[in-house]
Amino acid sequence: MSDYRIQGATGDWEVVIGLEVHAQVISNAKLFSGASTEFGAEPNAQVSLVDAAMPGMLPTINGECVRQAVRTGLALGAQINKYSVFDRKNYFYADLPQGYQISQFKHPIVGPGIVTLDLDGGRTKKVGVERIHLEQDAGKSMHDQHPQFTYVDLNRSGVALMEIVSDPDMRSPEEAGAYLTKLRTILRYIGSCDGNMEQGSMRADVNVSVRKVGDPLGTRCEIKNVNSIRFVRQAIEIEASRQVDIIEAGGTIDQETRLFDPVKGETRSMRSKEEAHDYRYFPDPDLLPLEFDDAFIDAARESLPELPDDKKARFINEYGLNDYNASVLVAEKDQSDYFVSLVSALATATKKSESDVAVKASNWLTGDLFGALNKANKSIDETPVSAEQGAELLALVEDGTISGRIAKDVFEIMFDTGKGAASIVEEKGLKQVSDTGEIEKIIDEVIAANPNQLEQYRGGKDKLIGFFVGQVMKATGGKANPGMVNQLLKPKLDG
Amino acid sequence: MSNIDKATVAKIARLARIKTEEDKLEPLAGELNNILGWVEQLSEVNTDNIEPMASVVDAKLRWRTDEVTDGAKANSVLKNAPKPEYGFFAVPKVIE
Repeated sequence: MSDYRIQGATGDWEVVIGLEVHAQVISNAKLFSGASTEFGAEPNAQVSLVDAAMPGMLPTINGECVRQAVRTGLALGAQINKYSVFDRKNYFYADLPQGYQISQFKHPIVGPGIVTLDLDGGRTKKVGVERIHLEQDAGKSMHDQHPQFTYVDLNRSGVALMEIVSDPDMRSPEEAGAYLTKLRTILRYIGSCDGNMEQGSMRADVNVSVRKVGDPLGTRCEIKNVNSIRFVRQAIEIEASRQVDIIEAGGTIDQETRLFDPVKGETRSMRSKEEAHDYRYFPDPDLLPLEFDDAFIDAARESLPELPDDKKARFINEYGLNDYNASVLVAEKDQSDYFVSLVSALATATKKSESDVAVKASNWLTGDLFGALNKANKSIDETPVSAEQGAELLALVEDGTISGRIAKDVFEIMFDTGKGAASIVEEKGLKQVSDTGEIEKIIDEVIAANPNQLEQYRGGKDKLIGFFVGQVMKATGGKANPGMVNQLLKPKLDG
Repeated sequence: MSNIDKATVAKIARLARIKTEEDKLEPLAGELNNILGWVEQLSEVNTDNIEPMASVVDAKLRWRTDEVTDGAKANSVLKNAPKPEYGFFAVPKVIE
């Protein structure tokens, strides 16, 4: 249960949130035409006469878009409808040449499913998905290019979207954020949507209402087209406070479409859209019902990779990772793939079992490599240090060739130059000194050079052993085997 | 039974962006009511336990493969546009 509350003058208010996510389907061609879906082309260069709604053009469905919607439904554990129907959703806008959007209204391709949210402190919460339907995207309008005209580019017109509609199950901005994060992770895992919110390939309409705890649902407002997870959280907070203020002042909420303005930090009514809400849906006479068989569903199911929740459970159970590290690693498929390669290569190099080296590998990966990538503003697929190279470095620590301390320096050089760990260690002479005689000689020198500290140590200040260890490490440039230094130092100090 | 009044005709006309003079609304309401009344006769047929029919012929939806086979014809697409500019359709400014 979320304990997020808006504190009003008359008491605490609970926020009820549902999300409609529009996710652009990954496919080469559009939903009903053979034009390309690639991002960033010249205006109107990827438009067929179907997308431009020229008279007499007929839509023909792209099977890949159907398969992707089914895969997405399966990944959310949802009901797959072997029979669904395309309807026309009628409204006028300059970037919608048909005057209607082909969508699915009464009979969507995917029915009820579940998204499991990962919340703070390892808590989880299940949020219902009511349905997923396939529909066409509209074109793109640009209002700021000319003082009198709006410029319209139809490249996006007809690209396949999945509209993923949640139940009103979320109760705080954090839960809404966690829902989007998880949904995005799943879509990216299975490759049905790239989840890129900046480019608009994933965007959310947010339904918000407020009520006193235990009361029936209040009237909701829909905030259109919010394009980042951070903005979704902000918009909910701002909209819920606005509704509480109105109700507490004795007013009522009008069910309406609103726009979030992140600069002004407010939501505004989009009055112009109100009339357009009468969509007059009816079955598209150009399209027969969409039907497929169990074999089609089975093939879609077999094409799914291991899903993030299953992978996380496996990392915890098989590899002994803690919940936090496992969550971080599975958040992006590329990261978890890197981790699996790293563990496998490290196990081979050290001749140990994967479960013996996995925790070390995950600590290095989430700490050192992710830290360095973050600093360099790079993602895991741009890493200059491959999983095999990472394993080589960790193996050198495991077999005692270098210390963990030196490994950090070697890693920095690897990250900057892309060179292998062993060759850097060789080149720079960084091998750990594990020769007893050599270490003893240095210890003797350090003790001789610090008679005062030695006297204090022998006088009972035990903690000064740390000082001597530090001096020995310093004298060897960090290369002395720390375990051996400790072992050899104490008897000498004690005399 | 359907009953279309003047206000409904005005609303439908507005939604369909068909300019309709005030004095045409009443006659149009009558015409639409006649049409709907005529279609209404269908409800006399008992359709219990009959599946909705999507097509009069026994056809299935045709699927296409996911290949780029079209596009790269901005000139054709823009040919009938009243005001093409820099490859875009330029339309009267629409602002939310």
